[in-house]
Amino acid sequence: MRVQVRFFAALRERAGTPALEVEVPAGATVARVWSAAVPEESFTDNVLAAKNMQYAGFDSLVEEGDEIAFFPPVTGGAG
Amino acid sequence: MSVRITDAAFEPWSQLAKYQREQAGQAAKTGATAVFVGSMRDFNEGDEVSGMFLEHYPGMTEKYLEKISATARTRWELEDSLIVHRVGELSPGDPIVLVAVWSAHRKAAFEACRWLMEELKAKAPFWKKEQLAKGSRWVEHNTPG
Repeated sequence: MRVQVRFFAALRERAGTPALEVEVPAGATVARVWSAAVPEESFTDNVLAAKNMQYAGFDSLVEEGDEIAFFPPVTGGAG
Repeated sequence: MSVRITDAAFEPWSQLAKYQREQAGQAAKTGATAVFVGSMRDFNEGDEVSGMFLEHYPGMTEKYLEKISATARTRWELEDSLIVHRVGELSPGDPIVLVAVWSAHRKAAFEACRWLMEELKAKAPFWKKEQLAKGSRWVEHNTPG
């Protein structure tokens, strides 16, 4: 099945693209999507994931057409 | 309850005044208004910072800020709340974030305003990239509150 992958901030720069589509087997997890999208990099504690714009764990199951985003720890706000 | 992301410079005090005017008929219920404004510093981790790029995740960022605004209303007795957050290219001194909370009494207003700000910093999808004399770098962690 196909899922949409998005990257933000430093991960977007490292991946060299803001978005791509990957093919993963049925029953795949977020971690499986990561290895399909960036096979050369292993998951670290500094990678957060979201599924359809909500935070998701790496063991979360994905479905056809899901949007999976990977990004570093967030640094918004000020003061 | 309102959440706004803006890629243009914003002036928090006029935004606040405008928002208050639009809350017609609410003023009599809100004995307390707590406001936090955060602006861009020209230093970080011992380096001078000349500019900043603020990235967000369009869609998820708004959803997350709406979620914490709704959660705040279940935890405290609030009349209203407003969050405005800047994205894009910023200069030192530019306002980055405005959080305002209205309630009948000050305890709820102070606590909810602080809580919203800490939740925003901890989990709302925003990322800062600083421009330094020697190049640019992504900010890797926020300063403790």
